[in-house]
Amino acid sequence: MDIGWYLTVSALIFAIGAAGVLTRRSPLVVLLCLELMLNAANLALIAFARMHGNAEGQIFAIIVMVVAACEVTVGLGVIVAMRRRRLPIDVDELRELQG
Amino acid sequence: MNSVKLFAWLTLALPLAGTIAIALIGRKLPGRGAGWLGSGALALSFASAIGALVSLQGLEHDHRQVVAVGWDYAETVGVDAQISLLVDPLSVFMILVVAGVSTLIHLYSVSYIGSDAGYVRFFAYLNFFVFSMLLLVLAGNFLLLIVGWAFVGAASYMLISFWYRRGTATEAGMKAFVINVLGDVGLVLGTYFIFKHAGTLDFLTTFESVQDDFAYNDADLVAGCILLLVGAFAKSAQVPLHTWLPDAMEGPTPVSALIHAATMVTAGVYLIARMHPLFEWAPIAANVGAIVGCVTLLVAGSIAIAVTDLKRVIAYSTMSQIGYMVMAVSAGAYAAGLFHLMTHAFFKALLFMAAGSVIAAMAGQQDLDKMGGFRRAMPFTFGCMVIGGLALAGVPPFSGFFSKDEILLLIGDRGGWYWILYVAGYLGALLTGVYTFRMIFRAFFGEPVAQARELEEGHLHHADVHTNPANDEVEDTEVGFPGPEHHIAEREPTMKIAMGTLALLAIVGGLLQIPKVTHVIDHFLEPSFADSTLYEREPSGGLIAFGLVLGALVGIAGIAVAYLIWVKNPQIAVRARERLAPVHLFLVNKWYFDELIDLLIVRPAQWFGAWAQQTFERVVVNGLLVGGTTGVVRAGSSAVRAAQTGFLRYYAALIVVGIVAMTLYFLLVS
Repeated sequence: MDIGWYLTVSALIFAIGAAGVLTRRSPLVVLLCLELMLNAANLALIAFARMHGNAEGQIFAIIVMVVAACEVTVGLGVIVAMRRRRLPIDVDELRELQG
Repeated sequence: MNSVKLFAWLTLALPLAGTIAIALIGRKLPGRGAGWLGSGALALSFASAIGALVSLQGLEHDHRQVVAVGWDYAETVGVDAQISLLVDPLSVFMILVVAGVSTLIHLYSVSYIGSDAGYVRFFAYLNFFVFSMLLLVLAGNFLLLIVGWAFVGAASYMLISFWYRRGTATEAGMKAFVINVLGDVGLVLGTYFIFKHAGTLDFLTTFESVQDDFAYNDADLVAGCILLLVGAFAKSAQVPLHTWLPDAMEGPTPVSALIHAATMVTAGVYLIARMHPLFEWAPIAANVGAIVGCVTLLVAGSIAIAVTDLKRVIAYSTMSQIGYMVMAVSAGAYAAGLFHLMTHAFFKALLFMAAGSVIAAMAGQQDLDKMGGFRRAMPFTFGCMVIGGLALAGVPPFSGFFSKDEILLLIGDRGGWYWILYVAGYLGALLTGVYTFRMIFRAFFGEPVAQARELEEGHLHHADVHTNPANDEVEDTEVGFPGPEHHIAEREPTMKIAMGTLALLAIVGGLLQIPKVTHVIDHFLEPSFADSTLYEREPSGGLIAFGLVLGALVGIAGIAVAYLIWVKNPQIAVRARERLAPVHLFLVNKWYFDELIDLLIVRPAQWFGAWAQQTFERVVVNGLLVGGTTGVVRAGSSAVRAAQTGFLRYYAALIVVGIVAMTLYFLLVS
């Protein structure tokens, strides 16, 4: 099977994720979309690893998953904390750092 | 270390040790202990000075210039800053005069200042002053000279402002300090001009090579010497930097006697004498010194006739006499100038001490208008005053007669335009006789005032309300003001001893150097001036005889004039004052020197300061430089700040757009 298809799917998922990050206002959905983008990158990594026939890309994909898991933990923690302090769950409302 | 060096260091170290000891333990000593400690330190210092004299005379004639190097203070590129003393006849002469007169004045102060709350502080300062003065005259290089020079200025400031809660005294102290610092600046810059060519700070090395380093009347040397003269004029109260000296009379009387008559103000004379190889190689500068000295002696003499403050009369007389000395050493009559320095130290310190005694009898009042008839009440003080006055007026055989005459003789001997100085000198001598005896006649003759009558009955006048004599402000007698009681020479043995010794010296001091008879000073100082072309000239016998007779006549004539005006027929004084009202006003206002300096220097400086603050500081510095920089930064940052919206999605979009743009770029390039 041609590697092009894998990459097409990967690019598609990445674009969907990016579009989600840019358009959605709920931080939960933004995190979900970020996850999509990471997984798109993982798909591309694994596809190339398969093409070259070695394991380096796959190992790298696992590391990305670990990082993604950490990121989700922190991100969800932040969202829970926001909820507790009764802050609006909306990334556009949270702009206190503006200049 | 040979004995000359040892004695020189000892002379210098003892007053310093005295200062430290008095400052540390003075308060714990009983009674007048601090005063005795200070006097003792000075007496030992004077003994060391005599030791230095004896061991210096024991050396070969040509080896009487000993440099005692303590240690290298700093040795950097081309600068040889050493702690070194130059012990030669000139410096030994000076330390003898300084330490000797200081010892007597300390002895006088033990009683005179006895009731003052600042007794201990006074002696700590006084010892410090003597240390500074000895450092100045013993310095073996320009660096140490400048240090001593600045120290005596600081000591003078502290002692003028000794009664620091008296407003007039603190103002006078500041005035003295500012003018003295002007002189310090002159001295430092002058040193620079000389160092630039000589390449060394050491005196003897500089002097030896002056004729190789500089051309005759070289512009740099003349500039350097004139700057040194600025230092000398400021310290020695010569026109136009003299205005601080009369105001310095705000200090206690022993201070006036020690610093502002006998020692510090003669530092300028010493400086010119010490720098004589430079001045002889730059006669233009030397002539400036001679002319300024001559102008000063006339200006000060004329003012002394009009002022009514007892101490200020003597202060102007000091200026006038220092004018003679500056004129003498500038015109090459070194031994004569220094001889006059010595005799002047004796009789002027004596006059101040006697004046202090009179002021004490008046309970602090210094105005001659309020004095009179103290002759019977204070016979001892009167006797001392008359001896000092006769010596000052130059009546034979008192000391001032010989020294003043020697100066004028040697100046007349130089011929040429120096004849103008010669004539002006005798005119000044006439003025000297008049103002000296005006002061004595007004204070001691005539109807006794209430204070004098009280004293005749055995009670020392005591003011019920203590006031500042300068402006009649009411003061208390706490620390920072004069003490509650005053002390007169008639009742204090230490004051009597000090004044008696000085009176004796004022009478016989002149015998050291009588033309054609004795040449003690000439011969003693000769090694210091061995390289001078002007030293030990022999005036003709005719000139000597003429000068001696004229000097005696002029001195006596001055006294006679004073007697006629202020004793015989006091109406003359009143009528003369009315007839010559503008002249009197001019003299009473001290030739308007204060106003002139105010107009020419103080006001422009104030105007410039105001301009600098209000216009330059506010508009240029604050508005343009500081405000401009902050404005640029602020405008830039507000422009950049606009990009920081805080919208998370906006940042994400920027990242995406950025990455896409970069990717496209690389794709297109490859």
